[in-house]
Amino acid sequence: MAQKNPGLEPFTTFASVAVPIDIANCDTDQIIPARFLRRPGNDPEYPTFLFHDLRFNEDGSEKDFVYNKPEFREGRIFVADVNWGCGSSRENAVSVLRANKVRSVIAPSFGDIHYNNCIKNGVLPIRLSSEVCETLRRQLHESPGAEIAIDLDAQSLTGPDQTSYEFEIEPFDKHRLLNGLDEIVLTMEFESDIADFKTRYEAKHAWAG
Amino acid sequence: MGKTLFEKIWDEHVITAREDGDVLLYIDRHLIHDLHFRAFGMLKAKGLEIREPDKLFGTPDHSIPTTAKVLEDIPEGEMRQTVEVLERSAEEHGFTHFSMTDDRHGIVHVVGPEQGITLPGLTLVCGDSHTSTHGALGCISFGIGTTEVQHVLATQSLWQRKPKSMRINVTGKLGFGMSGKDIILAVIREISAAGGTGYAIEYAGSAIEALSMDGRMTVCNMTIEAGARSGIIAPDDKTIDYCAGRPYAPKDGQWDQAVAYWRTLPSDDDARFDKEITIDGDAIPPMVTWGNSPQWALPVTETIPDPSGESDPLKRADMEAALDYMDLKPGMPLTDIAVDTVFIGACTNSRIDDFRAAAEVAKNRRAKVRTLVVPGSGLVKKQAEAEGLDKIFTDAGMEWREPGCSMCVAMNGDMLAPGERSASTSNRNFRGRQGLGSRTHLVSPAMAAAASVTGHFTDVRKLIPEA
Ligand code: SF4
Repeated sequence: MAQKNPGLEPFTTFASVAVPIDIANCDTDQIIPARFLRRPGNDPEYPTFLFHDLRFNEDGSEKDFVYNKPEFREGRIFVADVNWGCGSSRENAVSVLRANKVRSVIAPSFGDIHYNNCIKNGVLPIRLSSEVCETLRRQLHESPGAEIAIDLDAQSLTGPDQTSYEFEIEPFDKHRLLNGLDEIVLTMEFESDIADFKTRYEAKHAWAG
Repeated sequence: MGKTLFEKIWDEHVITAREDGDVLLYIDRHLIHDLHFRAFGMLKAKGLEIREPDKLFGTPDHSIPTTAKVLEDIPEGEMRQTVEVLERSAEEHGFTHFSMTDDRHGIVHVVGPEQGITLPGLTLVCGDSHTSTHGALGCISFGIGTTEVQHVLATQSLWQRKPKSMRINVTGKLGFGMSGKDIILAVIREISAAGGTGYAIEYAGSAIEALSMDGRMTVCNMTIEAGARSGIIAPDDKTIDYCAGRPYAPKDGQWDQAVAYWRTLPSDDDARFDKEITIDGDAIPPMVTWGNSPQWALPVTETIPDPSGESDPLKRADMEAALDYMDLKPGMPLTDIAVDTVFIGACTNSRIDDFRAAAEVAKNRRAKVRTLVVPGSGLVKKQAEAEGLDKIFTDAGMEWREPGCSMCVAMNGDMLAPGERSASTSNRNFRGRQGLGSRTHLVSPAMAAAASVTGHFTDVRKLIPEA
């Protein structure tokens, strides 16, 4: 079977303080502003780029933003609103989540590219209905610091009030997250299929070369 | 049952399929820009090589100041390093790269079609969400993340799940002064910023067919703003004429073979779409956005909406937050909103047609506010200059710059000051997109020029003669 990616922590069960993010269409420019995109991933300041302009004033002082509150600061699960991670394809939006040890984002819907970027970097995106996400966010506001527990294998999570919810995920995405697999290494095993395809394709569509 | 345009191209590129339905898709063209300068080092660290460097094309765009002509003009540090590394990597790995001193350089989504790198029937990817632009030529194109960029570099393929299909029919005929930008803003307003999530969108109908290739690219460009990764338009005579003779387009016998194949691509009459939407093209007015998502667009003739009229509490809160950030009041006519800066450019609207439309408005008028006009490539710049458009802009007191992403994304020196308001032909009005605290309103090039010469949003139909 394919090799594990040493950079990816396998995702099995996970429980953490969860943070309610009440922003509809939270685009990746909000998650990490463009001016930080050229910074290296090992920049000691990297964790502070997350929600930077929502969290900090120009003088560096903190704004009144949920993730700044001490009860939520250690939160490693986010509960967001519709269309989380829409906009720019910047994978830095996942790197900055990881830099803050965030392992999962729960939202009614995700930007398609960001969803893929999460899966490929060991961050579990969970789709639950708008109603459920709203309920979870309300509960988290009511009991700041409350936890959510996720069981990827069982495809279920338990909210702050111990209610359980099931979620869907594509089998292969699940497999990859559970095992922390490196997709490139996996695809390399299809080398002969790629080479065969190319021969056939070039014979048929010489113009496309 | 017949196939859609998207399905035909998709099926032709399937290398292998997994049990769960995901397929390994062959990628014909891979474009890369300066922000992916780290990809090469990452690949090397994994001990991997670029599988098909002849399918890879690079150009700097995000990080080049629009006042810079050569590398040394870029301030030292991360900006210059980004551009330098891409250029060096091209030499090292042997892929095509259009450097800053080459007229062919520019915004990656302008350069691809212009060079004939983008062609009907292909699969094309780029680590950039606006890769949807290229679908205007009748290919499958979509944006990918950094990990996927490395995957394509190493394998020339990607694992993909087939998206659902949506067709958006724009019927009738656009009114005078309207453009592809007004169409796409009207579409996103209609289906919402998440309406296309999980879909590949095909645009069809008489109003789409009547658009120039430049106009079609504007429409497809903003498909990602409706949540869909890819937009596509069936290739027709206009597409084929556009591709003919471009530097990287097929030649001679291969050209004939290609054209014969492209003619088979349009969706079959009995093809089924998961979703169909119809929009009346005759009724589309000039659009202006007022909030921080492209879905918050309105006809310029309307007033800022009142959130208290919104029954959904989440939506209401979202609107209130947007009004607060944008410093706008419910009931205010859009035409009363004064702007500080106008930006005409970005991969949405930096092609020759865009500058012709803006110049028609700017001609013999004066800009009332700072106005940046930024061509999408060196070749667009040359063409505009040959037509005397640059002269119209500079005579109006506007700045005519070197190609690049410019004020679309505040990372190359062009940006708004905190609290400043722009009329912008770019594609995103997100908070801070044009600089910390910036307030962006999205409009067409003609509407941007109208805002420039009047100082506030103005119905462009009042400034140009009805053709
Ligand atoms: S012009 Fe703007 S949207 Fe287009 S590629 Fe550049 S930064 Fe991205």
